[in-house]
Amino acid sequence: MSSLSRDDVAKLANLARIEMTEDELVNLASQFGSILDAVARVQELNLDGVKATSHPQPLENIFRQDVVLPSLSPDQALSGAPAQEDQRFRVPQILGEAE
Amino acid sequence: MALSYDDVIAKYEPVLGLEVHVELNTESKMFCSCSTTFGGEPNTQTCPVCLALPGALPVVNAKAIESSILIGLALNCKIAPYSRFSRKNYFYPDMPKNFQISQYDEPICFDGYVDVEIETEEGPKQFRIEIERVHMEEDTGKSLHVGGATGRIHGAEYSLLDYNRAGIPLVEIVTKIVPGTGKYAPEVAKAYVAELRDILRGLKVSDVKMEQGSLRCDANVSLRLIGSGVLGTRSETKNVNSLRSVERAIRGEMIRHAELLNDGQKVKQETRHFQEETGLTRSGRSKEQAEDYRYFPEPDLVPVAPAATWIEELRAQLPERPSLRRKRLKEQWAVPDKEMAAMINADVLDIVEETVLLGSDPTKARTWWLGEISRLANEKDLAIADLSITPKDVADIVALIAAGELTDKLARQVVEGVIAGEGNPAEVVAKRGIKVVNDDGALMAAIEKVCAEQSETADKVRNGHIPAAGALIGAVMKETKGQADAARVRELLLGHLGQATN
Amino acid sequence: MINKTAAEMSNALAKGEVTSVALTKAHLDRIADVDPKVKAFLHVDNENALAQAAAVDADRAAGKALGPLAGVPLALKDVLAQKGVPTTAGSKILQGWKPPYDSTVVAKLKAAGVVILGKTNMDEFAMGSSTENSGYGPTFNPWDLTRTPGGSSGGSAAAVSAFQAPIAIGSDTGGSIRQPAALTGIVGVRPTYGAVSRYGLIAYSSSLDQAGPFGRTVLDTAMLHEVISGHDPKDATSINAPVPAVVAAAKSGNVKGLKIGVIKQLQGSGYQTGVLARFNESLEILASLGAEIVEVDCPSFEFALAAYYLIAPSECSSNLARFDAMRYGLRTGDVDGASAESVMNSTRESGFGREVKRRIILGTYALSSGYYDAYYGSAQKIRTLIIEDYKKAFTQADVLVSPTSPITAFKIGEKSEDPIAMYLADVATIPVNLAGICGMSLPAGLADEDNLPVGFQIMAPAMQDQRLYQVGAALEAALVTKWGGHLISKAPALGGAK
Repeated sequence: MSSLSRDDVAKLANLARIEMTEDELVNLASQFGSILDAVARVQELNLDGVKATSHPQPLENIFRQDVVLPSLSPDQALSGAPAQEDQRFRVPQILGEAE
Repeated sequence: MALSYDDVIAKYEPVLGLEVHVELNTESKMFCSCSTTFGGEPNTQTCPVCLALPGALPVVNAKAIESSILIGLALNCKIAPYSRFSRKNYFYPDMPKNFQISQYDEPICFDGYVDVEIETEEGPKQFRIEIERVHMEEDTGKSLHVGGATGRIHGAEYSLLDYNRAGIPLVEIVTKIVPGTGKYAPEVAKAYVAELRDILRGLKVSDVKMEQGSLRCDANVSLRLIGSGVLGTRSETKNVNSLRSVERAIRGEMIRHAELLNDGQKVKQETRHFQEETGLTRSGRSKEQAEDYRYFPEPDLVPVAPAATWIEELRAQLPERPSLRRKRLKEQWAVPDKEMAAMINADVLDIVEETVLLGSDPTKARTWWLGEISRLANEKDLAIADLSITPKDVADIVALIAAGELTDKLARQVVEGVIAGEGNPAEVVAKRGIKVVNDDGALMAAIEKVCAEQSETADKVRNGHIPAAGALIGAVMKETKGQADAARVRELLLGHLGQATN
Repeated sequence: MINKTAAEMSNALAKGEVTSVALTKAHLDRIADVDPKVKAFLHVDNENALAQAAAVDADRAAGKALGPLAGVPLALKDVLAQKGVPTTAGSKILQGWKPPYDSTVVAKLKAAGVVILGKTNMDEFAMGSSTENSGYGPTFNPWDLTRTPGGSSGGSAAAVSAFQAPIAIGSDTGGSIRQPAALTGIVGVRPTYGAVSRYGLIAYSSSLDQAGPFGRTVLDTAMLHEVISGHDPKDATSINAPVPAVVAAAKSGNVKGLKIGVIKQLQGSGYQTGVLARFNESLEILASLGAEIVEVDCPSFEFALAAYYLIAPSECSSNLARFDAMRYGLRTGDVDGASAESVMNSTRESGFGREVKRRIILGTYALSSGYYDAYYGSAQKIRTLIIEDYKKAFTQADVLVSPTSPITAFKIGEKSEDPIAMYLADVATIPVNLAGICGMSLPAGLADEDNLPVGFQIMAPAMQDQRLYQVGAALEAALVTKWGGHLISKAPALGGAK
C-alpha cells in the first residue's frame, strides 16, 4: 500500500507552484494511496534490460535550417498579457534569484 | 580574520570547476525562426514558440547542432552517436515555458580537454583542463527590475520582461574538477576562459563578447587542506563577465573560503554573485528548498544522431588551434614576447595576420594596428574591430610608405581620414591633397629660406654641431606642410651646410 | 439538410443544390436550438463561420477549384489554437485568451474551405473521460441527457451526434476521440502519432497527443482525416511520408482474406454484457464477410493503464507549467505586495480544476528525484513492451480489434468522485496511444441492457491508417444493411425547443 502524507503533497504542490488549501492537501493525500497503488503496477514486471521508449516513432535528426522568419508584432506578442508596460510584460516583484 | 592570498595557498589547495555558457551566433533562435540580433526593441523578436504560447512546438536549429559539434571537436571531445534533449523543470518568469530545453544525461559532446599555458615563477607552464561535457540549451528572457535600487532584483516593486533573448542557442561547456593548479588557480582559470574564447572565435560559432553576455562563466571553487584527499564544499560564483573578473572572483572566493575554514566555520554550498565594483561575491537569495529539476527526455524533440561522415567533415573544417597558431605567428613574424603579448591583449592577431596576408611587412602591420590605430580606437572608445579601417587599408598604407609616396607622418593623416569615413587610403590621399614633396628644388628653396631666417643655428651646424640640425629640419618640414620626406630634407640640409650625410 | 452526411453535403454543394451559407446557417440554427441542452460548444462563432461560408460560395461561383469538404461546417475541439478566436482547452486559466496564430490543423481546415462553427467543450486540458472536468460545466450525451458523452472530446462527439455539425475535430491522448465516439454512436479516429501536426494543439501529453476526425460515417471521417493529415516542419515529431489513402479505403471497404486479431486482454471481466454482445456480433459479421478471426495475446496490456497514468501526468506536469499568469491567461492574487511567485501559486490554484491539479501533482511526484526510475522510468519500459506486443500481434493479424469502451455512457456524476473508476474507461484505448499507432471506433449497435451505443475498436500499425477505414467501411456497410440505416438515426431528436 503506497501513500503520501499531507506534507509530501504540500512539497509537491510547492514544486508545481500550486497554492493548495489545507482541505485540498488532506484530500489529495488521502486519494493518493489508491492512485499510487494503481500506477505502481509498472513495478511488478522485471524490466531489467528493457529499453525505455520516450518517442513512439523512431525518428531522428529532425532539424530546421537556420533561417529567420517574421516574428509576431509586439502587439500580438503582448496581446494576452495580464499587464504590460513599455512594450514589456509586467509581472509582480520576483523574489528568487535567476538560475 | 582577514587573510592574505599567500596565507591561503600556504595551507590550502584550491579545486576548480568551470561552467562556461556560450551564446551561438546563429541567425535564428535554437527552437524557432526568430532573429537573434542583439539589442532589438523589446519583444520584437518573439513568436508562439519562444513565448511558450499554448500549442507551440520547438524545432531544432541545424546550425546550432553543427556549431555544438564543432565546439566539441575543437575541445578534443567525443561526439555522442546518439543524444537527446531533456526538460529541466523550474519556474522563473524569464523562462516562458517554465522549463528549459537542455541536455541532461546524454550530452552531444563529452570527455575532452584544453591545454593552457601560463607564466609562472619557474617559467611557462602548461595545465590540462579536462572537459566533462558540452551540451546545448536555450537562453532566458531579460528582466528589468523597476523600483528599489538601480535595477536590482532586491527591493524592486515589479519587473518588466523582454523575451527577445529567450530561446537564443546556448552551449554549456563544463570542466571536470581541476585540481593541482595551486597558487596559480586564478591565472589558470583566466587562461582557460581566454583560450576557450579564442577557440570559439576561431570556429566563428559565437561573438564571444563577455560584456554583452555572449560568453558567461560560472566558477566553482572549493578548498582542501594541502595533502588531504577530501574535497571541500564548493561555492558557485555567477555573473563573472570579464577575463579579469574570472581571476578576481576565484582569488576572492579562495580567500573567503579560507577565512571561514580557519574560523572553524563551514563553507555553504550555494550560488554567489560576483560584484564587479568590489571584486567580492555576495550570496544569492537562497530558495526555500533545493530545486528538483525533474529532468525527463523532451517529448517534442527527437534524438540527435549525427552520422560519422558528417562529424568527419566537420573535423576537417576545424581551424588551427589558437595556441599553436600564436606560436607559429610569433616565429614567422619574429615578434618579441612582450609585443606578442600586447597583440594578444589588444586582440589584433587576426587583423594583423590579415594585413600581412595582403602583403604588408609583419612588423609594420603590427606597429600600425597596435600604435596609431589603437590610439584612435581608445580616443573614440571603440573596439579596434569596430573602426571602419580594414586590413586592406592598412596594407595599402604600408605599401604607399614603402613606395615613398607617403611619409609616416602623412600616413597618420591618411589613417585618420579612413577612420573618419573619407574612403580608402587612395581616396583620402586624393581628397586631402596629401603628397610627399620630393621635388629637390622646392625643398632647397625652403632650406635656404630657413637657414637665412635662423642663421645662428645654421652656423652651429656648419661648425660641426650636427644635433642643432633638428630644429632646422623641423622648420623645413613646417614650411613644406609636412609633405616632405624628413630623411631627404636632412640629407639636403646637411649637404647645404657642408656636412657629410650618413 | 443537417441530417445528411458530409459526403452528401459535399455533393450538394458541388452541384449547387445548396450554398455553404445556407448549410452553415442551418447548423447554427440547430446549435441555437439544441445546444442549451447538449452544451457541446464553448464558443459559437456565427460571424466568422458565415463569413468563411460566404467566401467559399464566392470561390465556387468564381469557378475556383475546391476541396471536397469546402463549405462543409465543422466543430473544433477547443484544444486547438485558432487565430483571434477564444481558445481555452476547457480551462479557466485560459479564459479569454485569443491566440495570435493558427494551429496547423486549423490552417489546413481553412485552406480546405471547411467552415469552423465554433469551439467545443472538453475535459480541462483533455484530462478526463467524461467532459465533466471542463472548467465551463459538462456536456450532455444527446442519447440520454443525464449521461456523459465520454471525453475528453465530449463536446465534439456530442455536436456530431446531435447534428450540430456533420464532422468535428477531437484529440486523443488515451482514447479521447474513440471513447466519446463510442459513447455517442458515431465514428472517431485517432490517426497514427505524427500523422497530424500537433503544432497549435494545446499539449496534455506530448508523446501521446494526436488530433483526429469525428464523423457520422466512416467515409465522412476519412474525408476529414485526409484534410488534416500531412507532414509539418513546425512539428519535429511529424512523419514525413505520404498520407495513407484513407478516403479510397473508406470507399472500397472489404475484409475478404484479411486476418482480424481479437486481443485476449481487451475483453472479459470489467466489460459490460451488452458491449461484449455487440462486439461479438460484429466479429461474426466480419467473419461472414470473409475475414479470418484469430486471437492474439498482448500480455503487457495489463500494465498499460498504469504506464499511461504515469507518462501522461508526468508530461502534463511540465507542459502545463507555462500557465503561470506572466504572459497570458488568468492572473489572480495580484494584490499589493504580491510576488511573481505568489501570483503564480494563486493563479494555478484558482485556474486549474481538481483533476488537472491531481495529475500535475502525480506527474511531479513521478518525475521527482529518487522516484523517477521506479515510476516514469518503469512506465517508459512498459511502453516498450506494449510496442513489442503490438509488433508481434501484427505479424499474426492485419488489424486488431476490441470493444472501444468497456461500458456504455455513464451517468453525469457517477464516476467523478472516483478517479480510478474513471481511469478504467480508457483501458481498451490507451495501448494505441502508448504505441503511437492508429485506432478507430465505430458504432456496433446499442447495448441490450441500456439501449446506449457501443463502440467497436479497430487498430492498425503506424501509417497503415487506411486499414482502419477498409475494415470499418466493410463492417459499417453490413451493419447499416442490418439496421436499415445508420445507428445515429435512432438517436433522440432533441430539437423542437423553439
